[in-house]
Amino acid sequence: MEFLQPATWAEALEAKAAHPDAVPIAGGTDVMVGINFGHLRPALLLDLTRVDDLREWTTGAGAVRLGAGVSYARVITELGDRLPGLAMAARTIGSPQIRNRGTVGGNLATASPAGDAHPALLAADAVVEVASVRGSRRIPVTDFYTGVKRTAMDADELIAAVHVTPPSGPQQYSKIGTRNAMVIAVAAFGLALHPDRRTVGAAIGSAAPTPRRAPAAEEFLAGELDALWESRAELPTEVARRFGELVAAASSPIDDVRGTAAYRRHALSVMARRALTWAWTDYRNDAKGA
Amino acid sequence: MSTPTRTPTGAPAHLTGPGSGGVGDSAQRPDGVLKVRGEFAYGSDLWMEDMLWGVTLRSPHPYARVVAIDTSAAAQLPGVHAVLTSEDVPGEKVYGLELADQPVLAVDVVRYQGEPVALVAADHPDTARRAAALIRVDYEVWEPVTDARTALGHPTTDALHESDAEVTELSRESAHLHPEGNLVRHLKVRTGDPQPTAEVVVVGEYEVGMQDQAFLGPESGLAVPADDGGVELYVATQWLHVDQRQICSALALPPEQVRLTLAGVGGAFGGREDLSMHVHACLLALRTGRPVKMSYNREESFFGHVHRHPATMRYEHGATRDGQLVYVKAAIWFDGGAYASSTPAVVGNGGTMGIGPYVVPNVHVDCYGAYTNNPPCGAMRGFGSVQTAFAYESQMDALAAELGMDPVELRCRNAMEQGSATPTGQVIDSPAPVAELLRRLEAMPLPAEADGEVDLRHMPGGVSNTTHGEGVRRGVGYAVAYKNVAFSEGYDDHSTARVRLEVVGGEPTATVHTAAAEVGQGLVTVEQQIARTELGVEQVTVHPKDTTVGSAGSTSASRQTYVTGGAVKAACEAVRGQLLARAERLVGRPVPDLRLAGGQVVSDAEEIAVPLADLLGGEAVEETVQWRHRPTEAIDPETGQGFAHVQYAFSAHRAVVDVDTELGLVKVVEMACTQDVGKAVNPQAVVGQIHGGTAQGLGLAVMEEILIRDGKVVNPSFTDYLIPTILDMPPMRVEVLEYADPHAPYGLRGVGEAPNISSGPAVLAAIRAATGLPLARVPVRPEHLTGTS
Ligand SMILES: Cc1cc2nc3c(=O)[nH]c(=O)nc-3n(C[C@H](O)[C@H](O)[C@H](O)COP(=O)(O)OP(=O)(O)OC[C@H]3O[C@@H](n4cnc5c(N)ncnc54)[C@H](O)[C@@H]3O)c2cc1C
Repeated sequence: MEFLQPATWAEALEAKAAHPDAVPIAGGTDVMVGINFGHLRPALLLDLTRVDDLREWTTGAGAVRLGAGVSYARVITELGDRLPGLAMAARTIGSPQIRNRGTVGGNLATASPAGDAHPALLAADAVVEVASVRGSRRIPVTDFYTGVKRTAMDADELIAAVHVTPPSGPQQYSKIGTRNAMVIAVAAFGLALHPDRRTVGAAIGSAAPTPRRAPAAEEFLAGELDALWESRAELPTEVARRFGELVAAASSPIDDVRGTAAYRRHALSVMARRALTWAWTDYRNDAKGA
Repeated sequence: MSTPTRTPTGAPAHLTGPGSGGVGDSAQRPDGVLKVRGEFAYGSDLWMEDMLWGVTLRSPHPYARVVAIDTSAAAQLPGVHAVLTSEDVPGEKVYGLELADQPVLAVDVVRYQGEPVALVAADHPDTARRAAALIRVDYEVWEPVTDARTALGHPTTDALHESDAEVTELSRESAHLHPEGNLVRHLKVRTGDPQPTAEVVVVGEYEVGMQDQAFLGPESGLAVPADDGGVELYVATQWLHVDQRQICSALALPPEQVRLTLAGVGGAFGGREDLSMHVHACLLALRTGRPVKMSYNREESFFGHVHRHPATMRYEHGATRDGQLVYVKAAIWFDGGAYASSTPAVVGNGGTMGIGPYVVPNVHVDCYGAYTNNPPCGAMRGFGSVQTAFAYESQMDALAAELGMDPVELRCRNAMEQGSATPTGQVIDSPAPVAELLRRLEAMPLPAEADGEVDLRHMPGGVSNTTHGEGVRRGVGYAVAYKNVAFSEGYDDHSTARVRLEVVGGEPTATVHTAAAEVGQGLVTVEQQIARTELGVEQVTVHPKDTTVGSAGSTSASRQTYVTGGAVKAACEAVRGQLLARAERLVGRPVPDLRLAGGQVVSDAEEIAVPLADLLGGEAVEETVQWRHRPTEAIDPETGQGFAHVQYAFSAHRAVVDVDTELGLVKVVEMACTQDVGKAVNPQAVVGQIHGGTAQGLGLAVMEEILIRDGKVVNPSFTDYLIPTILDMPPMRVEVLEYADPHAPYGLRGVGEAPNISSGPAVLAAIRAATGLPLARVPVRPEHLTGTS
């Protein structure tokens, strides 16, 4: 196994162009597990941890530009206020050790249907910035996941960053696991209310071949909230219940060792209903505080 | 005597210090600092300069005929030093703890997924793995038998109404997995009226999934060929001498030529009682003339050791209206998997103690152990009693509900006490404070209900943020259990201890040498404590555990503090006898109150104080003692009657849970435990055992299960075989009772298993109380609580 250790972003892109088969490694919390289990035998590892740019986040043009190599621990401590949905998702990930090493870029590139960053990024309309020696391009995260553990990236591309706009309204993230910590999602749900645009982002994890949004649920809720954004009136329980149903309907789960399809659907409907209730309560309380 | 030419890095050293503390003190572990610092060498750390790496090729099929094995491509790979199959096993080709039925390497047929078929030794583990992949095995794949009742020809349908089924002919679908058939053991307990009737009857059928020991240190060892044609094996195991016996048989070598030393053990819980890589590494070392290391990875480890028997159990309890138990009928099926391992003894425990610590005049129990093509099952902490406790304690709750009686009250009314007879006709001749354990639990304050600010860590689902209180209901459940300590049913259960006292650097120093495996439980500390108490010295060294001293028996059955502790105490007494005799010779007359204390021989009456340093000079006093507990006896094969067990341990739990009833997620809020330990030899270690046993029982109740589809394990990793984290295991209240057992050294009782048995049933009872659901299967999954299975 060869090991490349570029010191700069330009060198990293050149290395990836020269060796499209090279497997990038950031925190290594997916790559090393793959190697240990014998599922992954890369001829070439491309270590990105020396590329300082990847570990930075900046704010500009309304959005946070989150370097692909920023760890979950830093998302939680440094960006909890600006990116609350992603920070809540980060809090559910692994253990302190995993949150110290694991990165959002790594989660994106693995593109597991169970990856916890995805529903939060989808709900927040994030945009993935990928780059190669040919230049860089921006892929809306909605278009990023193309199949089970497949992404819209080309072989010579690396993830530079993800752009997330700080929210104009409350966000929530919920995840089911069969123990109370350190667990892969059996089903997950991300919600973002966008009062500025009068829209809603709702996305699910671990309940379809890819992370995905729940468009019918988003449209339904945006329609119902149209009359409520201004008044901040109480949310009819029937709306929350129906929203939950529509979120569950957006899934296409399977039975596997972690849970049954029926449970995943059921859990999504409950999580979505509860998350909406919390988010709306926050939205109403915000007005009181303001 | 031949000595190994070299010692590997990571071989165990003598353990001394840090300290002080005799029997009854919370003495510090001599290996504690090393372990906390990460400096303790485990079996997987063993290393030798020119060693080779051994790798095992395993069967992908649960049941198949091995048509042909072609090793030629593997043997030709550069770096490969040996490729072995069953033909290369020089001695007996099968081994086993109780019955020799398990092939060292597959002979003709494989009976479970993961069965070892061939071995490779190479100069690099990767090369060895690649070579193993080049071995061609042609299999004729057969339909596996994956259900214990089917394997035994019992009807599996309408089991609720099928009482006391006898073993019938094997059904046509179920092949004979072994020449003698699929029945490993059928234990019967018959006492009282065979046709009892009662005013109130509850019937239930229960199921327990397959739990894994989930020890953190995978199976590892290093075999070093010796000059005399023998082999030195450094291995992480539970019983060096039973390994030695089986290795000798497979290698066709006498015990003098198969010398074992215990390597650092990273947990065991029963999973290291059977051989894993032991014979394999020795075969490769003897073939290549080089040291061979084998160390499983996590996935292989799931295939490399036996698991806890899954069980299906049908129970019928009859009682009077005022809650007096009249009869219990039970049929218990243990799935032993492909090979016998310790299934006969597990059936022994499951059957003889299968109705719990209650007095019942009429008992009818059938307990079966079956061969199937599932993974072999054998010893795991609680050993046959964990499974039945879920059934009998669920039954007690069901009966209490039927009677409209408090579940603790019902248990106390029927509780065993000293002088009670067990269903096997044994009169309990030491304290059995079953009712007191329960009453003490009941008297403990309950944890406060959650209120005010939401702390996600205290919610079902934890920081995954699934509830802020919605759907959460609290439940409280109780369970009590008992478990035999040490080996039973007439087994000649003994241990050997060698104790030496000499002056080292001016200090009287004792060395304790036993072959008793330290697997993390703290036996090395106990050995030091006993020597300090018995010999009145501070400095006690623990010799590495090896086969140059006699057998200590297994580190299992909660027995080492009792049996090896007893042997160390007896050896110390023999040493002390010598010293006191010397002192009397020195004084020139008998001194009745002569004793050892503070490194001196003292007599208060005669104001004598002779330093041991003076008494011993440059000499050492050494004694080796083989020690036995009082004998047990075989039980009657038709009635199960007999003095089967030498001692019982009793514990009880109260579990408090919060269940998110809508999402089916459970948060155990508090576990409380009361346990009678006779004498807490090391109180801190006792509480540690109670915490650990409780966590393991909780794990089985709510998450731990090896899932098997058509004989294949589908979750052989810690990604999907979940064990409790610190957010799953709550704080505990523990009350330790010390009612001495007059038959045991210091009055102590074995501690390690009982809390593993009563914990899970209490959790299950609490979940039932929170949800109102009947719940007859563990682990309980969210699907079971939400009707989405
Ligand atoms: C014990 C444990 C618990 C876990 N728990 C969770 C959990 O709860 N939730 C969850 O979602 N995940 C979990 N994971 C998985 C893992 O931690 C996450 O997916 C994490 O985000 C991976 O990030 P990393 O930096 O470690 O990635 P790495 O392992 O370094 O890489 C992951 C993938 O991303 C690629 N990659 C990395 N950086 C780039 C880049 N800049 N450009 C292109 N490709 C790149 C790599 O080639 C690889 O394919 C867990 C893992 C472990 C071991």
